[in-house]
This record gives sequence, C-alpha cells and structure tokens, in this order.
Amino acid sequence: MSATSSVAAGRLLFKRDLRLALRRWDQVADPLVFFLMVTTLFPLALSPELSRLRDVAPGVLWVAALLSSLLAADSLLKSDAQDGTLEQYVLSAQPLTLLLLAKTAAHWILSGLPLVLISPLVAAALGVPVDALGVVMMSLVLGTLTLSLMGAIGAALTIGLRRGSLLLALLVLPLAMPLLIFGARAVELAIAGEPAAGPLYLLAALLVLTLTLAPLTAAAAVRISID
Amino acid sequence: MTTTPLLNAINLHLWRGDRHVLRGVSFALGAGEALHVAGPNGVGKTSLLRVVCGLAQAEEGEVLWNGMSSGDASTAFLDALAYLAHDTALKGDLTASENLYFSVGLKRSITATQIAAILTELGVADCADLPCRVLSAGQRRRVALCRVLLSEARLWVLDEPFTNLDASSTAHVVETLAQHLAQGGLALIAAHQGLTLRAGKVKRLELS
Repeated sequence: MSATSSVAAGRLLFKRDLRLALRRWDQVADPLVFFLMVTTLFPLALSPELSRLRDVAPGVLWVAALLSSLLAADSLLKSDAQDGTLEQYVLSAQPLTLLLLAKTAAHWILSGLPLVLISPLVAAALGVPVDALGVVMMSLVLGTLTLSLMGAIGAALTIGLRRGSLLLALLVLPLAMPLLIFGARAVELAIAGEPAAGPLYLLAALLVLTLTLAPLTAAAAVRISID
Repeated sequence: MTTTPLLNAINLHLWRGDRHVLRGVSFALGAGEALHVAGPNGVGKTSLLRVVCGLAQAEEGEVLWNGMSSGDASTAFLDALAYLAHDTALKGDLTASENLYFSVGLKRSITATQIAAILTELGVADCADLPCRVLSAGQRRRVALCRVLLSEARLWVLDEPFTNLDASSTAHVVETLAQHLAQGGLALIAAHQGLTLRAGKVKRLELS
C-alpha cells in the first residue's frame, strides 16, 4: 500500500523497457544491423587496401554510429506516446526527469551498448590496429551515451508529429557535431599510435553536460508535446 | 448531506487553434459525487478531462484540488488521481498482469495477489497471462479499469469507460463506481450514454 519512491519507479520503468525489448528483439536489432551494414559496405566500395581503409576508419565508424543512434532514438518514446503510457508517466506523481533518465538508460543498454560491443570486430575489419581498439570502444561508450541523451530531447520534441523521425535527425545532428569531431579524432590518434586522452576527455565532458541538462529538457519537452 | 467541494473547476477556457473548445466551464465536486460530462462527439469532453488532469493547459481559469491550485498541489493532486484515457495505456507485448504491475507500480507497491484478485473481479482473470495485443477491445478496457481500481485514487477521471464493454461488464463497472462514491470517492466521467448510479450523487454537465 505504500507509495513508490522515485528511485524504485525509475528502476521499475528500466526493467519494463528491457522486458519489452526482449519480446521485441527484432526492433532492437535494427540500428545494430544498420551499423554493421554501413561499416561493412565501405571496404567493398573503396579499395580493400588496409592502409587506405585505416585512413577512413575513424570517419566511417563514427558516422555509422551517429546515424545508427539517430535511427534508434526515434523509437525511444514513440510507442509510449502512441498508447498513452507517456501521459500516465506525467500523471504518476513521480519526477518525469527521473523516469525519462531511466528510459534513456534502458534505451542505451539496448542500442548503444550492443554497438560498442560489436565495434572491435568492425574496427578490426577496417584495419584498425589491436592497440587502438580500446580507444575505439571508449570513445563509442562516451559518444553513444551522449547520443542517447540527446536523442531523448529530440524524441520528446517530435512526439506526435508526422515525419517526426526526419525532424528528430535535423534537431539532433547539429548538437552531435562536436561528438563526431572529437570521437573521430580520438580514433584517428589511437590508430596513429598517439595518446588519445585529449579528445576522450572532451567527449566525457560533453557526456556530463548532456547528462545534467538533457533529462530536464526532455521532461519539459514531453509536457509541451502532450498538451 | 452538504459537502465542501474537493475538486473545483473555475471558468475554464481552452482554445485549440482557432476553435474555442471550452467556453467558461465551471463545476464543483465534493466527496461521494460524480460528474457526468455529456455532449455530442467532438464537443470537448476529452479536452475538459485533460485540462482537469493537467495534461492540457487551459488558456483561462483554474482547477482547484482541496482549495489549492492543482498545479501547486501537484504531488497531492496526482497521488489522488487516476486517469483512464481513451487509449488504454497498455503495452501490447506485456501480459495483462505485467501491465498492471508496471503501471500501478509507478504509484504504489503492488503484489501479484492483488492483481490476480482485481482481474478476477472484473472477469478478465483468464487474460492475466496473455499479451495484451491479443485481447479484445473490451477486455483491454477492463484491464485498464483494473489499473484505476488498483491505484486506490480518490478521484477517478474516466474517458468513455463503457466503450466496448458488454452489458454485464457495464453493470459491474457502474456497481464499482457506486462503491467508490459510497466510500467518499469522486469521479469525473465523460460518456455519451446516460449514467445512473445506485449510490452517490451524479451531477450532469452538458457541453455544447
């Protein structure tokens, strides 16, 4: 009979989203398949020369990761908005910011984490040396987390819009440009065998910034969007 | 019995684009009272319910809960509120009991026994372990009503609760509603059909 604490509510929502994803794994797999497709097409289109692939690898990896994240962000709030669950969150007397943070966390586990886990394979196929794989993964962890949070803002703003997914991409892409620049730079440095700490720190700083602001912004956007 | 109004709506005005949907709607609702919002389709019944819940912002007027603006008394008001929208807010891929566990769980702790009991009460016990996407519209509606019952909220805001329900379910819901009012609950119901309750006082608000 006791009221649910905010943290428990967040945890419950997190668990629910993971369970839903287990029942609907095909939807969850889409962005990952997209990432794999884009990255494996490049060696076919360019020459399979390792030195050349190695030059384009940072760009290919990061552009593919960015687009795959945007693709995934579209589904973050869509089904909740369609079936009215989102309204129930607003009326649940729990802080919407926290609920959206929990949803974003679950979303990252389902879209960002698989991408990070498969990235060494993809990077190796693009001729990235083994020593650089750690930086590739680290940069993608920081980058996809930030992208999931930014995606939450975009998803919240485009609830209920026709062709919302295109608008979402247009909204989030400019915000994601620094990520693309620093992420690709970190991988480039690592491939060249130089220390990549600088861009990684910048990526981490961007993550902290979005982590503090994005859930608040997304909550405000949800309230406006459902009106 | 005179009751002090718990829920007060004062002169609500709502615009949707160029359309003036709510034109100065006011009502007061005390413990044990229900308000039946009636009117033809598209007249703004759902809009009124959404404004009362705080999902839509009225251009003018305010909603008071216990004498306080429902926006200021946000947590107290939302704790006392259960809203059944036209969309049932059920996840098609989760079973009926999972849906209730996760949605009611956001508000208060709930046990599997309570869920099973309420599903039996509304006659959807055999749907407990079925994914909601295979349920009929009427069954989904009943599962959604279970959520309202389980929330133990004082104020029920129900948007067309009788849609898709068969005669016996409708009778059951009406009975539950009467019990709720008898225990001092409040209800705000948008329905295009008539509403007669055994207990409690039903006010009628005709929108035009």
